[in-house]
Amino acid sequence: MANWDPFEGMDVLRREIDRAFEDFASDTEPFSRVAFLPGRSPRRYPLINLQEDGDNLYVEALAPGVDPDSLNLNVVGNNLMISGEKQRTPQQIAPEAFHRSERASGKFVRTIGLPVEVDEASVKAEYKNGLLVVSLPKAEKAKPKQISVKVS
Amino acid sequence: MAERTVPTRSQGEIPKSREDTRSQQRYIAPPVDIYETPEALVVLADLPGVSKEDLDVRVDKNLLTIHGTVSHGVHGDLAYREYELINYFRQFELTNNVDQSRISAELRHGVLTLSLPKAEEAKPKRIEVRVS
Repeated sequence: MANWDPFEGMDVLRREIDRAFEDFASDTEPFSRVAFLPGRSPRRYPLINLQEDGDNLYVEALAPGVDPDSLNLNVVGNNLMISGEKQRTPQQIAPEAFHRSERASGKFVRTIGLPVEVDEASVKAEYKNGLLVVSLPKAEKAKPKQISVKVS
Repeated sequence: MAERTVPTRSQGEIPKSREDTRSQQRYIAPPVDIYETPEALVVLADLPGVSKEDLDVRVDKNLLTIHGTVSHGVHGDLAYREYELINYFRQFELTNNVDQSRISAELRHGVLTLSLPKAEEAKPKRIEVRVS
């Protein structure tokens, strides 16, 4: 017991607990930590992450396998609407030919309320590796302003 | 198909502590569809956030391994989060019916399509019935 490190001990305990919960989760569904399945998941689809810097908002949506032509983006006021369709397989496959069927598919619509006003005319979107990134420039009046303090 | 969802530590590394026998990185098993056509077994896997360079698909003996490392651009401060991108790992054991030299893979819009052609002897054969 010469070099007992309580922090190392805590780290081990934390990992142990993490693993216990991971096992619990994996019993119900093997991929319950990311529900990117339209229709099957009780959560909204697609899942999004919202990032922000001084001039822009960035909405990143997790949407693998969506035909880019079916993707539709609308900005109305403070709302961003994403809709599209995820095809299950390239061609029609008979249900009895499936050995495993874990991916889901279908049409989806989601409306996201944005925290600030955006400049609707200059919204850009990119779809790459199954992630949709929408860049929304903030409206002039919503940008943060630097106020200088005068010393008298 | 037997399968595994977490990589084992490679043999060269020595575990630091008793609990630490697996890789520190976190993994999830990507959801897959597997279906059969007369010529092949097709595996579709959802791997959002994995680029072609970061995807490792290999067949070693009869073990098919899908290992994807995720990357996504950081654009600013995170204001709201609903998901987390985690690396993907999943292994499947193949039967001898798969012609391993002709396996092909394609990654498109975050979906991996693996085509595992059946070996000649495993393909269904039509037997002519002669009427005499």
